[in-house]
Amino acid sequence: MNLAELAEKLSLKVLTYSEGLERNISGCYVSDMLSDVMANSRKDEIWITIQTHSNILAVASLKNLSGIIIVNKREVDEETLKKAASEHVTIFSSDLTAFEAAGRIYKLIR
Amino acid sequence: MIDGKKEKSGKGESSSSCILIENSCEIIGGDFSRAGEASMRLKKELTGLGIHEDIINRAGTAAFEAEMNVIIHAAAGWMRYTVTPEKLRIIVEDMGPGIQDIALAMKDGYSTAPEWVKQMGWGAGMGLPNIKKNSDEFNIDTVVGEGTSLEIIINILKGEEI
Ligand SMILES: Nc1ncnc2c1ncn2[C@@H]1O[C@H](COP(=O)(O)OP(=O)(O)OP(=O)(O)O)[C@@H](O)[C@H]1O
Ligand SMILES: [Mg+2]
Repeated sequence: MNLAELAEKLSLKVLTYSEGLERNISGCYVSDMLSDVMANSRKDEIWITIQTHSNILAVASLKNLSGIIIVNKREVDEETLKKAASEHVTIFSSDLTAFEAAGRIYKLIR
Repeated sequence: MIDGKKEKSGKGESSSSCILIENSCEIIGGDFSRAGEASMRLKKELTGLGIHEDIINRAGTAAFEAEMNVIIHAAAGWMRYTVTPEKLRIIVEDMGPGIQDIALAMKDGYSTAPEWVKQMGWGAGMGLPNIKKNSDEFNIDTVVGEGTSLEIIINILKGEEI
């Protein structure tokens, strides 16, 4: 499944780098601790978090994650939105909780 | 390949192989907005050399955790890296408080990061163990009250086309 299909199925709002929507997702990682994501996420996974400061871009980029879903209607920092395109990171926002978003993704790709 | 410069500061490095990349970047303590710049530059340069993706990911991860530790725990520092066809050597050195008990600092989950840093999602105490996990050789040199220096070595697989 690619990000565009996922966005449609979960009604995600695309906030940054829509050029990346063709990218496939292989799984999902849920965490708000950045070193945990650095240690345990895998390439092409989509990352669910409520962290919104610009360090999430470096994490997603260095770990080759397919994108980030900011849940709970959290507003994303201006600086993060500005930098995301140059780091090639697609960010979505969602009204869902982390539990609901992960649960739906699990059903879709497992 | 042209006979390159000899490795300058390599402790126990074989000095016969040529240097493909040598670079250094400054890291400012407390400057979270530039966090990742040094590590992303390293990643880009390794990608340019056509090095295997898994090695780039390990290098990027180890470098970024070391870079973050300077930003979180120290006043200032720098990252230097040298790439030869055989190995990547990353040195991250800082002027900071130093580490009192290295064994404790290496423990998964041990962190002295302040509360506001934890709110940003750092300070899980997972950085140093993950640097070690991603390195083929890993050394910490530290003096309390002066600073810390990490040496990270990652072997570039034999037979890998670079
Ligand atoms: N460069 C450094 N200077 C001084 N102390 C350090 C340095 N790097 C690590 N430490 C000490 O070692 C502890 C463990 O480091 P580690 O990177 O594993 O975790 P952390 O940085 O606290 O959290 P995380 O890496 O999960 O964000 C730190 O909390 C700190 O006390
Ligand atoms: Mg750390």
